[in-house]
Amino acid sequence: MTMNTEITKTQSPFRDLGKRNWWKILCVLFLIYTVIAGFLIDVPHLPILHETIRNQFFHVCMWFAMITLLTTSLVFSIRYLSNQKLEHDIIASEAANTGIFFGILGLITGSIWARFTWGSWWTNDVKLNGAAITMLTYFAYIVLRNAITDEQKRGKVSAVYNVFAYVMMLVFILIYPRLSDSLHPGNGGNPGFSKYDLDNTMRMVFYPAFIGWTLLGVWIMTIRIRIQKIKTNLDI
Amino acid sequence: MFVLLVDSQLFVRCMLKELSALIQKEILLEWRQRYALGGMFLYVVATVFVCFLSFKNVIDANAWNALFWIIILFASINASAKSFLQESRGRLLYYYTLSSPQAFVLSKTIYNAILMLILSLICFCFYSLFMGNMVKNLPLFVLIIVLGSIGISSLLTMISAIASKANNNFTIMAILAFPIIMPILITIIKLSQNAIDGTDFSYNLKYFSVLFSLDIIVIILSYLLFPYLWKD
Repeated sequence: MTMNTEITKTQSPFRDLGKRNWWKILCVLFLIYTVIAGFLIDVPHLPILHETIRNQFFHVCMWFAMITLLTTSLVFSIRYLSNQKLEHDIIASEAANTGIFFGILGLITGSIWARFTWGSWWTNDVKLNGAAITMLTYFAYIVLRNAITDEQKRGKVSAVYNVFAYVMMLVFILIYPRLSDSLHPGNGGNPGFSKYDLDNTMRMVFYPAFIGWTLLGVWIMTIRIRIQKIKTNLDI
Repeated sequence: MFVLLVDSQLFVRCMLKELSALIQKEILLEWRQRYALGGMFLYVVATVFVCFLSFKNVIDANAWNALFWIIILFASINASAKSFLQESRGRLLYYYTLSSPQAFVLSKTIYNAILMLILSLICFCFYSLFMGNMVKNLPLFVLIIVLGSIGISSLLTMISAIASKANNNFTIMAILAFPIIMPILITIIKLSQNAIDGTDFSYNLKYFSVLFSLDIIVIILSYLLFPYLWKD
């Protein structure tokens, strides 16, 4: 019961963000623009890629949204370790959950794209394996959270695991793609999108798309945090 | 400045003393329960022999390498799991009154690393006895075993500490350990593949630096984060 009163008293770092509307409107506008312009603008016509280059506005943005959310999760895990506020644990876990959701979307969009460019749903590519293992790590995070019933203990133990999971994800994102070749555009001799996009038309959609999807991720996260807090307060 | 220097020297000396006492305690405990130690070695040898019987002979160097590290992985999960899962609650409380959390986790890590190192070297001997030795650059391979054992065991020690908080569940230990150990394992397998092919040390420098820095990162993270797991 003491825990519940504590939660209502403390100010949530995302409470103001959840109440303000301008960024939600911005998010919706950017996403509408992304979907319409993403399918309609004139893209560079290239062999193999053809129209699938439009996947850049969706697939790549999913990973950016995922990394933003998982970084939020890491930050609040560390804050939970230093101040033991249950609120921060809820934010860390919900940010991770939303991050996993975007990671799964990234895998699906990538898999469909790979079917039409590389010819198979899954290949033995360094980035694909890294993404899959990152997902497994964060699934393990969810399992770990569900295995512990005590709230304080669950927060601390899962926060410690979260730090390890994030560091290992960084290894996959920052180090491995530089050590070995990937089939992805921009790696292993395949030109990146900046080389195709000579007149900056793709950038005009890509940057709003990137901001829009990331904002959507943050929006979903704030709603999930609110739901989780209400659940905790009602003790469901 | 001088005070700080003396202070830090004192800290290091105290830490070393505490560490050596704790490691001695680990070795003593292990020696009193020799059956557990013997069990681990038997596990490795038996697994190698099972592989020998089921594969007959492995011609492909890739398969030889992968099989070796899979045996090591399972053996190390078995060996490291007990470092925290077997400690009783009462005994942990006793350690809590005696030592600092940092010294405690470092002693466990060092002890597990030594154990793992001996275990994997024995495994390598038996493995090459039964399955044939395909390694062309042997010193490089031994160096990989040393760095790899340190990395795997220090990560698994921490995972074991985490799993011990989740109702001492061995399944949780495996679920948590497998994905998170992948970066280290992939680096090791890549490196040992190069050692089997007989490439020079200088060629593998970038992979070595990754493996070495992963070892250091894991140990530093354990040192920093274990105090939070320590208190219930």
